[in-house]
Amino acid sequence: MTNHYLSVEGLKKAYPTRDGKAGTPVFEDIHFSIEKGEFVCIIGHSGCGKTTILNVLAGLEEATGGVVIMNGREVKGPSLDRGVVFQSHALMPWMSVLGNVAFAVKSKWPDWSKAKIAAHCTEYLEMVGLGHAIHKQPAELSGGMKQRVGIARAFAIQPKMLLLDEPFGALDALTRGTIQDELLKVVQATHQTVFMITHDVDEAILLADKVILMSNGPLAKVAEIVDITMPRDRTRAGMHHDPQYYRIRNHLVDFLVNRSKTYAGGGEFEQYDPKRPPVVRPGLVDTSDAALAPDAVRPLTQLKKVVNQ
Amino acid sequence: MSTNLSFRAALLSVLLFACFIGIWHLATLPADGGAVSAADAEYAALMGQGAGKAEGFPTPAAVGRTFVHFLSDPFYDNGPNDKGIGIQIAYSLLRVGAGFLLATLVALPLGFLIGMSPLMTRALNPFIQVLKPISPLAWMPLALYVLKDSDVSGIFVIFICSMWPMLLNTAFGVASVRRDWINVARTLEVGPVRKAFRVILPAAAPTILTGMRISMGIAWIVIVAAEMLVGGTGVGYFVWNEWNNLALPNVIFAITMIGLVGMLLDFAFGVLQKMVTYRD
Ligand SMILES: Nc1ncnc2c1ncn2[C@@H]1O[C@H](COP(=O)(O)OP(=O)(O)O)[C@@H](O)[C@H]1O
Ligand SMILES: [Mg+2]
Repeated sequence: MTNHYLSVEGLKKAYPTRDGKAGTPVFEDIHFSIEKGEFVCIIGHSGCGKTTILNVLAGLEEATGGVVIMNGREVKGPSLDRGVVFQSHALMPWMSVLGNVAFAVKSKWPDWSKAKIAAHCTEYLEMVGLGHAIHKQPAELSGGMKQRVGIARAFAIQPKMLLLDEPFGALDALTRGTIQDELLKVVQATHQTVFMITHDVDEAILLADKVILMSNGPLAKVAEIVDITMPRDRTRAGMHHDPQYYRIRNHLVDFLVNRSKTYAGGGEFEQYDPKRPPVVRPGLVDTSDAALAPDAVRPLTQLKKVVNQ
Repeated sequence: MSTNLSFRAALLSVLLFACFIGIWHLATLPADGGAVSAADAEYAALMGQGAGKAEGFPTPAAVGRTFVHFLSDPFYDNGPNDKGIGIQIAYSLLRVGAGFLLATLVALPLGFLIGMSPLMTRALNPFIQVLKPISPLAWMPLALYVLKDSDVSGIFVIFICSMWPMLLNTAFGVASVRRDWINVARTLEVGPVRKAFRVILPAAAPTILTGMRISMGIAWIVIVAAEMLVGGTGVGYFVWNEWNNLALPNVIFAITMIGLVGMLLDFAFGVLQKMVTYRD
């Protein structure tokens, strides 16, 4: 069937309305895949169902239709294989910083000694620059520090895949930059597979291998998949010098501002097939409307097949 | 600034208390029309406490003497009808403690169950709604008939009245644990027992403690009434007994003690509450 590390097939979610009937699906016919070691960002306007998709991937929520397959097995329920960094950090305020991470580590390795757990946790807290704060209570930390504890907690259990829901959404730009750098470093070192929701275009370009663009809900779709073709060793300071950066950035912003509303198949997107959303590489072409020329990246034969269906 | 405020508040409290005593004193001055003759006052003083019994409401001075008298030897025991106030209060506290402990043992697990399961919430709700408004003393005849022991019946009444605030608060606290924390536990595949003790219990503890504090307040109110009813020992019985002796200063003394002990109990639960409250 597929040989992707993770594949999402025909995902659909409809919340019941107040009177118990099935409402209009928030999204339907969502298809995409993630390879091992890949960093995938998803961008879309608020309410298009990004968090819902992430919760389905995490196993915290059940889809109305479709499946998520990871490592050849269907995702059913949450698992230590998939670490989640929550939008609101979700630290437990009655435990210290170390206690929060230790709670996770103890869940993964129940047989470890206290000392081993503490050493392991400290290592990961140091990795996110919180070595000095391990005995503090969460209430004593700033928003950025709390979010870093959340990241350390998710990394410490060494999950096969990491799911992040707008982890830096509530932070000021400066703090966000620092933590992005840290995340970048850690991900480059560990080759972690990551699925991340963001609303920050620059963040997506800095971190992602590919960006999934979602059209507006309800009935949201995967509109496009944008390959970030810039070299992998990007840095926040240096990426602006790459000519690709502006082309990609313009493409993403243009999508969010102009095209996300109307992108629902049909019309000029006749050849749109939800099973194979167009893959575009705006970094490599000179025009910013690369979506209208998907043949730039997709073999023509495949396109024909799609149209003939 | 804040020390200044608390100092002024304390000063005002003392003043108010002095006013209260002053008014009380004036109101209970022997009133026989015009001026009080010296002989009358002397006569009243001579009669001491006996005067309080015979003539109307006791004076602050008489009540003050009663306080000194009882507090100078709170733990004497001269048979069934004459025990020190310390012993009486200890009896009451013992009953309250036993009933409250039993109620905790039932209310916390049951509250957990109700809070975790919408099915149990709905299934048990009618029973709780009917049982909750019943005055705990209304159970007394049934308790006496079934349990055949006034002491145990008192404990049962405390058990029943402590039950509801604890049960409802536990259920509410458990049901409203933040979704995020539950989701963290789920993604970490935490087992049910560990989840209950490491996540849900600490998260709901402040709400649960609030319920326990309310329960303790109610239990201390109810024990006095219950002991008046079943008699024998305890501070409630003491009040009733002194009323039968028409010894009003003793009654006022006992009332004050009931208030002070209730305040201390509430204070203790306030401390516990502070201990489990987390800053978010
Ligand atoms: N528990 C729920 N019950 C009903 N509707 C929901 C629920 N959760 C989310 N929704 C709806 O689903 C849509 C998508 O929500 P969400 O996944 O949070 O979007 P995003 O993260 O992209 O902003 C929203 O319109 C929201 O109102
Ligand atoms: Mg969201």
